[in-house]
Amino acid sequence: MSLENNITKLEDGRLVLNMGPSHPAMHGIVRIILTVEGERVVNSEVEIGYLHRGFEKTCENSNYNQIIPYTDRLNYVSPFINEVGFVMAVEKMMGVELPERAKYIRVIMSEISRMTDHLTCIAANAMELGAFTPYFYLINARELLYQSGDMASGGRVTPNYFRIGGTSFDLTPDFIEFTKNALKKVDSYLSDTRKLLERNRIFYDRLKDTGKITREDAVSYGFTGPLIRSVGIDYDVRKYSPYLVYDRFDFEIPVADGGDNYARFLVRMEEINQSRKIIEQALLQLPDGPIDVDDYSVRLPQKDEVYGSIEGLISHFKLTFEGPKTPKGEIYFAVEGANGELGYYIVSDGTHKPWRVKVRPPCFPVTGALPRLINGGYIADIVATFGQINMIGGELER
Amino acid sequence: MGLETIFGKSWATSKMEYVINWARKFSFFDYPFVTACCGMEFMSTFASTYDIARFGAEFPRFSPRQADVLFVVGTVNQKLAPVLRMTYEQMVEPKWVLSFGACATSGGFYDNYAVVDGIDKIIPVDVYIPGCPPRPKAVLDALIKLQEHVQREKLIK
Amino acid sequence: MKIMELAGIIKEKFEKSILSSSVFYDNETIVIRKEDVFDVIKFLKDEQSFDFLMDVTAVDYKGYPDRNDETRFEIVYNLFSYKNNKRLIIKTLVDEKDLTVNSITSLYHSADWHEREVYDMFGIKFINHPNLKRILMYDEFVGHPLRKDYPFKKRQPRINLRDVGKNEEEE
Repeated sequence: MSLENNITKLEDGRLVLNMGPSHPAMHGIVRIILTVEGERVVNSEVEIGYLHRGFEKTCENSNYNQIIPYTDRLNYVSPFINEVGFVMAVEKMMGVELPERAKYIRVIMSEISRMTDHLTCIAANAMELGAFTPYFYLINARELLYQSGDMASGGRVTPNYFRIGGTSFDLTPDFIEFTKNALKKVDSYLSDTRKLLERNRIFYDRLKDTGKITREDAVSYGFTGPLIRSVGIDYDVRKYSPYLVYDRFDFEIPVADGGDNYARFLVRMEEINQSRKIIEQALLQLPDGPIDVDDYSVRLPQKDEVYGSIEGLISHFKLTFEGPKTPKGEIYFAVEGANGELGYYIVSDGTHKPWRVKVRPPCFPVTGALPRLINGGYIADIVATFGQINMIGGELER
Repeated sequence: MGLETIFGKSWATSKMEYVINWARKFSFFDYPFVTACCGMEFMSTFASTYDIARFGAEFPRFSPRQADVLFVVGTVNQKLAPVLRMTYEQMVEPKWVLSFGACATSGGFYDNYAVVDGIDKIIPVDVYIPGCPPRPKAVLDALIKLQEHVQREKLIK
Repeated sequence: MKIMELAGIIKEKFEKSILSSSVFYDNETIVIRKEDVFDVIKFLKDEQSFDFLMDVTAVDYKGYPDRNDETRFEIVYNLFSYKNNKRLIIKTLVDEKDLTVNSITSLYHSADWHEREVYDMFGIKFINHPNLKRILMYDEFVGHPLRKDYPFKKRQPRINLRDVGKNEEEE
């Protein structure tokens, strides 16, 4: 740490300030060492690693089924998307083709996750900037979506819902009705929040023209997701390399100009709307049918098969103790996470455990660009910028 | 029989210890040491659906020096361990620690090189909340448990 | 553009630099010599418009079946072209005896943190990196956790941990 060097510069009036790791205005544990001149940030250094939990090493020591709960805890604000990314990468390696209903369920849950992520991001951001009412509105909206996810999966934050080759269980009968109602309520909460925030003088002034980045820099820093869309690039994995059934829905990728925090806020708000549109279409189109592949080498057999037939029993035993087996090779598979491109790079040595799993977390490059975003601004702008880049410790440091 | 019989209903007698503990337990000022996933349920608990304000603990103080309950919310790894201990040492007595979720309690299912297996290896803990992450209702339950614990405390040790 | 074409273009430009190229589960992969990493990626960025560097990572192949230990590490660069909507994986082999490779920080800003992570987790040094130090682990940490020979559960505490087994009042 260049802390000592910076202190020597104190003679020219500069100060070295420490922010974090457990700082009130930042909802993550990241440490920023600031060199300030008055209220201006001259230089900054970001230190991360306070939530490094050894995810990748753990994967190397677990079989493929055991990894799914760990992926929930990567981006814990949008757990379903993480699961979808991982199980789809493994399925692609094993050459598994999912039934239609399972694909739709994955889309619905992914979009619910995307909504919770954006809602949390805006709620926390608004709260940190002093707007407390939108926090309650948006967290209430998120609560409804959590309940909807809870209804389907049995878990609010860390559902562990998807399996390699399908889904752990089918949607409950009242899920569709509940989710439709929840979406309506979320919409009304959202329009209230819009009225409170969008043209709010304080909120606007603190977000507009802060944390600015140019298009070239954003590309060079490897931004994806809402942050790249806020500089006018419409890159979205769902459109550029469609997975699941995303090509069947009518939705748009919101793009904003400006590359500042306000543009990010607008993009996020609009993405919530688009996700709602996708869920509504998917609920309408949702086909009947199986939710699992009918292949015992991939997917745990149903319980009556386990108790009723020797094949079911054996494959249950094999899958529980050893897990599914992937062919030798490697794969990079990306889905659109709530923060951007969420990629899984998996190397397999042909056994039941992966040789190496690398996650490409969307907020890692973004947090790497944090010094670029906050240098030259005021100290107070750090809060706004940090809120809008939506750093999630779990996936940043894994 | 007590002073009430002499002075009427405008008086109440009690033990000093009881009153002080009663006041303490309904006015927790908590410091959220939020690290990981459990933070999401922490936010839910503090929002209006579950409304922790009913228990007098709704106001997070974001300085350990002004807080008396430390919520350790989420995984604590080896890199963060000194920070947690420093935070705890900055708090003034009386102070209590609530370990929020499986990771803070025991390291959870992160049994590897990076994670401290339980914050009780760093600081003493009063109440453990199980769950990964615990549901808001479990958090409220734990808060009530902590209140009972505070009520039973002796002023002079 | 097919992978063979791209490999051909690189081959024309940099003789002997391509060791192999393959397509595996839609991932187009080119393995290049370590010395040419910087030049090839610069060429791909400037002339083939691979403007995003999505990821840099490494894999430790020690003990991998049917593979000799001489090329123990592989560094994996994950490039993406927004203009052509094309993904390309560039790999290079790093020998255990010489754990250095040229940094590409001057080409992509994002390489800064990615390379620091690879250094932290695998101990591979990047030449010309402006700020090569640990990023996820702490400075006191000895070893590189994602190497296959680092024990999974070997903890290195930074502070003295309490002994929870004892009853405090008895102490």
